[in-house]
Amino acid sequence: MFEATQINKKNLTRQKVFRFLLGGMTATLIFPVVLILGTLIYKGAPVISFDFLFTNPTNGMTAGGIFPALLGTILLVLVALLASVPLGVAAAIYLSEYAPDNWFTRAINLAIINLAGVPSIVHALFGLGAFVLFFRFGTSILAASLTLAVMTLPVVIVATRESLQAVPMAFREACWNMGATRWQTIRRIVLPNAVTGILTGVILEVSRTAGETAPIMFTGAVFFLPFLPQGVFDQTMALSLHLFVVSTQVPEMPEAVPYGVALVLIGMVLLMNSASIALRMYLRGKKKW
Amino acid sequence: MKPVEPGAKSERGEQLPMNKQTPASIKPSDFDRLNSDWYIDKLVQTLVFIGGISAIIFIIGIFVFITKEGFGFLVGDFNFKEFFFSPNWRPTSENRATYGILALIAGTASVTGLAMLVAIPFSLGTAIFIAEFASGKTREFLKITVELLAAIPSVVWGFIGLAIMNPLIIDIFDVPVGLNVLNAGIILGLMAAPIMTSIAEDALKAVPDRYREAAEALGATRWQVIYKVVLPASKNGLLGAVLLGVGRGFGETMAVLMATGHAINIPTSVFDSVRALTATIAAELGETAVGSPHYKALFTIGISLFLITFVINLIADLVVRGVRKG
Repeated sequence: MFEATQINKKNLTRQKVFRFLLGGMTATLIFPVVLILGTLIYKGAPVISFDFLFTNPTNGMTAGGIFPALLGTILLVLVALLASVPLGVAAAIYLSEYAPDNWFTRAINLAIINLAGVPSIVHALFGLGAFVLFFRFGTSILAASLTLAVMTLPVVIVATRESLQAVPMAFREACWNMGATRWQTIRRIVLPNAVTGILTGVILEVSRTAGETAPIMFTGAVFFLPFLPQGVFDQTMALSLHLFVVSTQVPEMPEAVPYGVALVLIGMVLLMNSASIALRMYLRGKKKW
Repeated sequence: MKPVEPGAKSERGEQLPMNKQTPASIKPSDFDRLNSDWYIDKLVQTLVFIGGISAIIFIIGIFVFITKEGFGFLVGDFNFKEFFFSPNWRPTSENRATYGILALIAGTASVTGLAMLVAIPFSLGTAIFIAEFASGKTREFLKITVELLAAIPSVVWGFIGLAIMNPLIIDIFDVPVGLNVLNAGIILGLMAAPIMTSIAEDALKAVPDRYREAAEALGATRWQVIYKVVLPASKNGLLGAVLLGVGRGFGETMAVLMATGHAINIPTSVFDSVRALTATIAAELGETAVGSPHYKALFTIGISLFLITFVINLIADLVVRGVRKG
């Protein structure tokens, strides 16, 4: 009944060509990265063992394990979280629940975008100028973690704000009608409904923080430390910096070691991200409104 | 149901509350009395406001502190013409130290330019494919993959440039050094592409479905819908994605430090090694004495980086906002 005209045929062919072309572009973008990751796993996996993860490096870092770096990264992330999660959640609550729609709120949003967009090395300069020198924390875990916290603050703010705004307005209105104050509404109704969403943001931040190198280079992370840090005012080794050092600064490095370090780092980061994505998908499936 | 008298027993025999008070006996002050909940509410409001303005405080703080450290250079040794137009970056020269960042700007520009040449078409193409052609499981899989690719840390990308791309480039193109503009450009392109893809995809998704339905009802094919309707409607968002990608590539530090070869050079071909602005700070700051001219010069580079990314982000924000209003 409906015969395709010449024009129809031409258009349909064109659609097929572009579909193929764009699909090809997608594949070209993803395939090399998968290949690269495969190479990392292929060359790095043989190095990874219990000893590699839980012993100190020896022989000028050419042998032994990466335990101090692994521990350092975990410490840096934890202290950074302690600073940025309360601050970020507070900021998100303000933006989602209190902020009026005016120039000042726009300025805050612009500041958040900029905080995320400022180069990591500029954050490093800020950390050095502010935390290390001005507040006299010295090059320490505290200074490095605070620098990381400032840098990753937008991740928490954006994720938290999104999950707060996903709570339907009717929930709040119902609560206000019962005579609850704003804060009672937020604490009993909004936050419990948004907490899983906030958690996805926090996990994402952990992943970002663990992978950063430049901001900690001059603020608290060092190439090599013969002992483990004893407190937040000590310096520490870190996994990301360790990868930089073993792949560029150490001559006669066995080829497999940097691959192993890279694999541990990337494994950590991707695991965190996958957890965050899985949590988000679980949340989407559970949502009733 | 019959009305219940105040003070009467209920059907199950429970005493109902005595409610003999007339409304007139409730004083207005009973409602105005401020209890602890009211004070807690005010306190929390102040606290979250402090959280809210923290982003502004930090942005101003970044500017103030890097300017404070670099200020001495700006008023003392700063020579505008030399700083921006001399290709000689010799901060450790004993006779006369020169601080020209032209070669570093050229390094950053060439690497970022090449990266964008790779990343812009591919990420926009991928975004269109994911948002308009792919469906169901494929779409979900591609979205997750892109998100995971965006999460790979920059130091790992740098290592990939160093350990995998470097020998590959030497083999394929038969050049002596594989750490060059080409290497860093590809690495940076692969890094920036996933981020640009997800922002661009958001921009495409923001185009209302009724636009597509209207076009399809007129008999347009999927590609005609994309080309004639979706792309024009989302062009500002796509431009915003590109700008954010440029800002990202421009400010990238570790990957560029490890993959460019780190040689001060104004490149004439993609096989030349270069050095980027960000990488210079990362490589040299550790070796300078606090307060020395070299140290201050590095902070001055930091100020320029901050200002340039600030402007890029500002433009991106204005461009994206333009599409929301229009």
